[in-house]
Formats: sequence, structure tokens, C-alpha cells
Amino acid sequence: MSTTTDELFETTCGLEIHVELATASKMFCGCKVDFGGEPNTRTCPVCLGLPGSLPVANEKAIEYTIKIGLALNCKIAEQSLFHRKNYFYPDMPKNYQISQYDLPLCYSGHVDISGEWGTTTVGITRVHLEEDTGKSIHVGGSGRIHDSAYSLEDFNRAGTPLVEIVSEPDIHSAEEARAFVSDLRTLLDGLGVSDVRMEEGSLRVDANISVRRKGETEHGTKVEVKNMNSVRSVGRALEHEERRQRAALEAGEILVQETRHFDEKAGTTSSGRTKEGSSDYRYFPEPDLVPFEPGTEWIERVASTLGETPIERRERFATEHGLGAKDIEVLTASKATADWFEAAAAAYGGDAKKIANWIMADLYGLVNEASIELADSKIAPQQLAGLVKLVDAESISGKQAKTVLAEMFATGKNADAIAKEKGLEQLSDTGALETVVDEVIAENADAADKVRSGNLGTIGFLVGQVMKKTRGQANPGMVNDLLRRKLT
Amino acid sequence: MTDLHWRSATELAELLDRKKVSAVELAQALIERADEVDGPLHAYLHRTDERLLDEARASDERRAAGATRSSFDGVPTAHKDLFVTKGVPTTSGSRILEGWVPTYDGTLVERCTAAGLPLQGKLNMDEFAMGSSTESSGYGPSRNPWNTKTVPGGSSGGSAALVAAGGTPWSWGTDTGGSVRQPASLCGLVGVKPTYGRVSRYGVIAFASSLDQPGPLTRTVTDAAAFLQIAGGHDPMDSTSVPQPVPDFLGTIADGIEGMRIGVVKEFEEAEGTDPGVKSRVGEAYQRLEKLGAELVEVSLPSFEFGISAYYLVAPAECSSNLARYDAVRYGLRVDGADVVSMTSRTRAEGFGDEVKRRIMLGTYALSAGYYDAYYGKAQRVRTLTIRDLERTFAEVDLIATPTSPSTAFELGAKTADPLSMYLNDVFTVPVNLAGNAAISVPCGTSPDDGLPVGLQLIAKALDEATMFRAAYAFEQDLGWAGSDEGRPSL
Repeated sequence: MSTTTDELFETTCGLEIHVELATASKMFCGCKVDFGGEPNTRTCPVCLGLPGSLPVANEKAIEYTIKIGLALNCKIAEQSLFHRKNYFYPDMPKNYQISQYDLPLCYSGHVDISGEWGTTTVGITRVHLEEDTGKSIHVGGSGRIHDSAYSLEDFNRAGTPLVEIVSEPDIHSAEEARAFVSDLRTLLDGLGVSDVRMEEGSLRVDANISVRRKGETEHGTKVEVKNMNSVRSVGRALEHEERRQRAALEAGEILVQETRHFDEKAGTTSSGRTKEGSSDYRYFPEPDLVPFEPGTEWIERVASTLGETPIERRERFATEHGLGAKDIEVLTASKATADWFEAAAAAYGGDAKKIANWIMADLYGLVNEASIELADSKIAPQQLAGLVKLVDAESISGKQAKTVLAEMFATGKNADAIAKEKGLEQLSDTGALETVVDEVIAENADAADKVRSGNLGTIGFLVGQVMKKTRGQANPGMVNDLLRRKLT
Repeated sequence: MTDLHWRSATELAELLDRKKVSAVELAQALIERADEVDGPLHAYLHRTDERLLDEARASDERRAAGATRSSFDGVPTAHKDLFVTKGVPTTSGSRILEGWVPTYDGTLVERCTAAGLPLQGKLNMDEFAMGSSTESSGYGPSRNPWNTKTVPGGSSGGSAALVAAGGTPWSWGTDTGGSVRQPASLCGLVGVKPTYGRVSRYGVIAFASSLDQPGPLTRTVTDAAAFLQIAGGHDPMDSTSVPQPVPDFLGTIADGIEGMRIGVVKEFEEAEGTDPGVKSRVGEAYQRLEKLGAELVEVSLPSFEFGISAYYLVAPAECSSNLARYDAVRYGLRVDGADVVSMTSRTRAEGFGDEVKRRIMLGTYALSAGYYDAYYGKAQRVRTLTIRDLERTFAEVDLIATPTSPSTAFELGAKTADPLSMYLNDVFTVPVNLAGNAAISVPCGTSPDDGLPVGLQLIAKALDEATMFRAAYAFEQDLGWAGSDEGRPSL
């Protein structure tokens, strides 16, 4: 069925992404930016919106926003200002949000995303700066405000600098949307401007998605999908929504413009409130702040701190390190991972692909099992390099190295220390091996004779016997050499 | 010492310095005066007698130790009740803030404390500074000490009434469309609207952010200049604060006005609705300025006729947003409801008075999609015209002279039924707020019609308060009204 519908329908999707900036202090006051903590402990008259308090803009947040804009190939406004967006909500202390309206800090950008479908250029409509709200905890009922007994308000998050990135409706599948969010996450992480933790809400994705029959000129009915708490759930939610809308259109149903919430467990979206046209936020210029001009000098200074983009880094991993597509995808998933890999490769000094193989084949299994990030593991990049060097020097076997790596992962000790502790090193010691080889020759006289008479194929059997006797700890290359020397 | 309460702040500072009086004696005298006059005037919303005495004692100790904080250490003051004061109930004249005790001091309050000024209390005002008579206060009107049947003006009416009655030497008000100058005029006082950004708005409960500016109400020009010197100057907590030091006003205040060019606005003089008594006193004032050596020049401000209309779009628009925070969620009045929406609606319905509701509705409408350009947008263009008109005029003159208010104090209830006639009280003062310039109202005697005070307004270039103080001082000294028996109401 999906092939038929693929031919019949097309999807249009635009994303609105909110990113909490990791500045030291809040957008308009000196309170610390952090996650969680005792409710209402990181507040002051300004972020509580007490009567008489006034905002003062955080310059670092403006700088971070410019940085994001530049990385998304945006134009930076010559003059920008803040507007008030007026609406009532109990977790918004002033009942207006200081945001931006017709003069966003960054606009008209674009970013390329690639995948199995090819490459898509997604336009960036705007990148603007605003303040985050507090958090409501609705007690009783379903946990939504409508049927709760009462609500508690925590203003620790209120006033955290929040960047809104709005894409053009250039996305045409759930997979493209997933790739866009994943790439953007990597990009923001690389810029060092946000924690980009979707599960903590420091990166939040809303999607506007509509489906229409191919050939139609009008867009389909737009549905806003919220509550997607991971890159994966962006893909799942939009796939579901795409299917739902197609099925509705096929059944001749009329879709309504509405907001739908994604249910992580069920993998489906459900209707929230119906959007009756657009709300009137009564935007007007924030009179408590003055318009500002970033200026060429500032913009150039920010541009000089941009460094390598994730796309550039990926290309370099292919050309400089000779890595394949799968390796690159995994090793550049976050800046920290890519940095870790490059530090290990540098410490190793040899073929970086070997380091990549160790990470991909062995270390990642351990990391995933422990559900941590590579960079947060106990192994330092230099230690992995040390392990690979031991293998290169044939001090330990490849199989032993896997055991050593698991021990390193558990304890953070160096490879050579573990090898010594476990008595692994002696098995590369010719004297010790020679004794075992002699024993095997004595116990397998027939096979030994065959080798002596020129049947070299049988040598493999003898190597196997040595390995068995040493419980796999002998260096197979050395065993082979010893047998050949003794029997030919 | 008798009549201590009639002394100016400057005189009191000198008496304290010469140890003729102690800060505690002064505080006690003002407490007695408050007991006498506040019954009929209702100037106070909250008296802080105990704190006043404590701070006065501390001031005396500092003086004894030779460690005074400023030359005015020990001279008390009282603030309009929209200056956020830590530990002291602050209502902005509204029932919706009843019971709110701030957890912080605004910059102005902090600076007054840093200068060693003991706090007498918080003063009545029109609710959220919206009004010209103090009748919109959620706590009942104040009255004019010159005639308690009349209003003291507003919105800083409590401040004006108390200073005029000798209840305090000086008080801070705020001026959004004339709210310091008009009550000063109606109560026979000096009232200053400094340049927008001269005095920090941090800790001033907002009415209309782009227009609000704190200003002193005093009985002498010298005191006004000194008070502005104490509390003015750049504040990093207010992004709209002017990053420039306050000039030494007192150093140039007595330099005279010989050769100064003073503009008289054609459109203002021709405006209908100005009381004949006001016209005659202000006309005499122009002649006095000329006699003192100034040159009078007729000037034209064609945008004048749009001032009130533009003001009554900009100010309500900003207030509709500024007052959205009073939602019963975090502080102040709470009227319970079935859900959060009904709680907020019921609280706002009960907590806000009619004038405040009227302006919130006006402003909400003016900002609505589809109306923004026609109303708020157009009003902002009038603002730009006003600024250009004034800039052009100030290329020719040093100051502009006008009446402060078209009338003297009117009786309570006379204008409450007709908001438009109330709004027209601000006709001469509003353009100054729209443009951001500085202006002062200085008494020019009483009207021959009703014996009530009349004020002369002198408008200055932005940041040129010094010239304005010079002219006002020369005029005040020559007139000899302030500080004389004639200049004091017999309450």
C-alpha cells in the first residue's frame, strides 16, 4: 500500500525548533541558567516579572544567536529589536514573552541534509531570540491543565535564553525531518551554544505537516505536531502523522487544522486543542529595551569562532582518515565523540581506520550497553591508542585485547597494566611458548611427522592444539613461527 | 524650632549640618504634621513612622561620627506608592496589589536610602498612575490643601498634597503625560519631568514604559535640582537609562537668564479651553521672564493638536501589556475561580478600577491585528513628528514657555463622568513625554478667579535640565512667592 500512496500523495513539512542556550546567566537578568533544581531557587524580581522590574539583554545570548545564524548560512540583521508577544499563561510571569517579530536577528539561511533519498536543501526562514517560560506542574486529573485540581509553578526556567529556528516547508518526508533535526543537533552541539538535550527540553521540536494529492496546487490542511522528545520520535511521529493524513484523505475525510500530541509509547498522535485561525499576540516593540545593531565587526568576530562545521568535518573524516559512510555517521554524531576519535587517532599516530574499527566493533558495544556517551566513559582516547599499539607489537593477541578493553572500560586502567596483571604478556614470551609447543609436538607425533614430510596444511591443526592448551592466550603468529622452525 | 515642616530640604540640610536640629526632632515634627493634615488630605497610603524614626536615629549617629552619607542625610522624604520599596506595602494605588510587600528596592529608593534620607511612607496616586486628579485611586481620593473640595491633580496627587501642606519637604512622583507637573501646578509647587532616561525606572511600577519618568515635587526650584541630582544618573538595571553623568545643576542655577531665548507656542496660546485666570497669570509670567533679560520668540508646534490623541493610543497600548502580569498567580489580590482563567478574570474584574479597565481595553484594541497600523503605528508617527517639531524649535530657542495646565484645581467629581475633559488636562504636558524632553512646572501665583495656584511650564532640550533650572530659579526668586506666606495654603 505504501508504494501506491507514495505515488498518490506528497508531504510538506516545516519545522520550528526551540533551543535553550547554555549561557551562564538568563536572557534578561543575572540568574544562573541550569536544569532542574529545587523549584523557584534560580529566580529574581526580573525573571519573576515582579512589578517595577526591567529586562537587560544578555549580550552572550545575542552572540550565540548570531553564531547559530551564521552556521545556518543566514543573513544577520543590521538592526534588530525585541517585541512583546502578549498572551496569558500562568507559567509566563509577565503574561507577555519578550521575543522577536518582524526584525529577527538572523534570516534567509539554508542547510543541506543528505540521506538515502539524496540531498535536500532546507531553507531557514529565521532564527530569533526570546525568553523561555517557567514550568507548570498540574496536580490531579490527567496531568493536563484542563482537569487538574491545582497547578504549581516553577520559574527556574523562566527567562532562559531561547532561540527559535524556523525552517521553510522544504521537508518532504519523516526521514528528511529526522535527518534535519539530527544534523541540527550535531551542529548546535559543535557550536557549543546549547546542551541540545531533547529529553531535558533544551532542544524542542514542533512540526507543521500537511499531505496533499500529487498535482494539487493548494497545500493540504496543516497539522502541528508537538511533544517529540528525541530525534527518533521526530521520525516516528511524522511517519505516523503522514500515514494518518493519507488514510484520511483516501477515505474522503476532511482534516482539521489542529495541534496533535505525540504519544511516545503508543507511537501515535492525538488531538490537542483545535486551532481556530491564528492567535492575536498583539506584538509591539518592547519599550523597556532599545533596538540594537550587531555591526560588521561583531559579526566577523563571531564568524571567526565558528570553526569547522559538522559537514566539513564529515568530509575531512573521509578524505583525511579514509573512513566509510557508516563510520563517519557514528563517529560524528556528536562533537564530543568526533573529538574523542580524533584524539585517539592522534595519540596512535598510525592508520586512523584501525582506531575507528576498534571503536565501532568493540568499544561502542560497551558504551551502548552502559547507556553512556563515548566521551563520558572511563577510557581516555590515549588509552585506546595504547591498547592498539600493544596489539600491533604482538604483545597481546587481538582476542586478548578485547578482554583487556572490557577491563579498561570497567576500571579506566591502562592496557599494559591490565595485560601484566592478567599475566597475558608472557604468552608472547618465546621461552614459555616453546615449552607448550614442544609438549604439543610430543603429544601429536603423527601430525608432526606429516608436517615434517612436507604437508604444511597440518600445521594449522598443531597451532590449534597450542591455542587450546593456552586457553587462547598464545600469540598465534609466534606459535606458527615456532612450529615451522622446529618441524621444517 | 517652630515651623520646621515649612522649611525646604536645602534649609533643613543646613540646620542639620549646624546641629540646630536633629534628624529625630525633624522626623517627630513631620509625624506631628502628618497627624494634623493627613485626615483632610488623605495623602498617605502607608506611613512608616517607626522606620522613619529608626532611620533618623541612625542618621544622627552618622552625623555624630562624622560619617554622613550626603549633605541631605537626615532630611526625610515620602514616595509615590509606585516606587517599589522592600518590606513596605506598595500598591500603585490599586486594589489588585493590596497586600503585596516587595522583596526588593527600586533604584530610586536605593539611591535615596544611600543619601541617608529617612522614609516617611508611601503616597496616594491615581490607580497605576492613570488619571489627573487622584480620584481613580483604589483607596479613595486625596485632596488639595489649598481647598479641600478640590483635587490635588494627579496622578502624583498624594505627593503634591503632602509637599504643599508641609508634610514633607520633597517627594518623588512619576510623570507619564503630566503626572508630576500638573499636580505641582494645581498645588503651587515645583514639579520636574526630567529627560526620559535621566532617572532609572528600575523599581517603578510601569504604566507606559516609553513615557514614564520619575520626577521630584518640591516647594523650591533648588530642592528639585538637588533631588534630581541625588536620584538621577545612569543605572545598568534600566536599558533605557541615559549613560551620562548628571550635571552639577546647583553650580549653574543662579546664573540668570540674560540673553536666553524663550519660545511661546502660537498654538498653545490660541488653544481653547484655557481658564482666563490661568492665561492672565501665565501671561504675566512671560513678561517677567522678558524683564529678567530673556528674549521671547513666537514659535509654532503644528503637531500639538495630535498630541493627546497619540498619547491616548501609546500609553494605553503599553499599559495593556504592562498590566497583564496582575493575574493572581504570584502576588497581590486573588479572587478564586473554578479554573485559572476564571481566577484571573475575576481578580482583574474586582481588582482594577474603571479607568484602568478603560485604558486596558483601549490599548488591547489599538494593538489588535488589523488595527495596529491605523492606531499604534500612526501614534508612533505622530511621536516622530512631535520630536521633529521640538528639534526644529530648539534650533531657535533655549526653552519653551507654556501654561502647565489649562485650569486650576477643580472640584472632586467635576470631571470623573467625562474622561475626555479629564484627559485634556494634559494637553500642554503630553507632547513633552511623547518627545522625551525635560520640563518643569514652577508656580506663578494664584488665579485671580478662584485664588488657586497656577503653574508655568518651561520645556527644555533633552538632557538640558540645567538651562530649565536656571530660568525657573530666576523666575521663582524674582516672583518671591515660594516660601512666603502667600505661597502657603492655610489648611
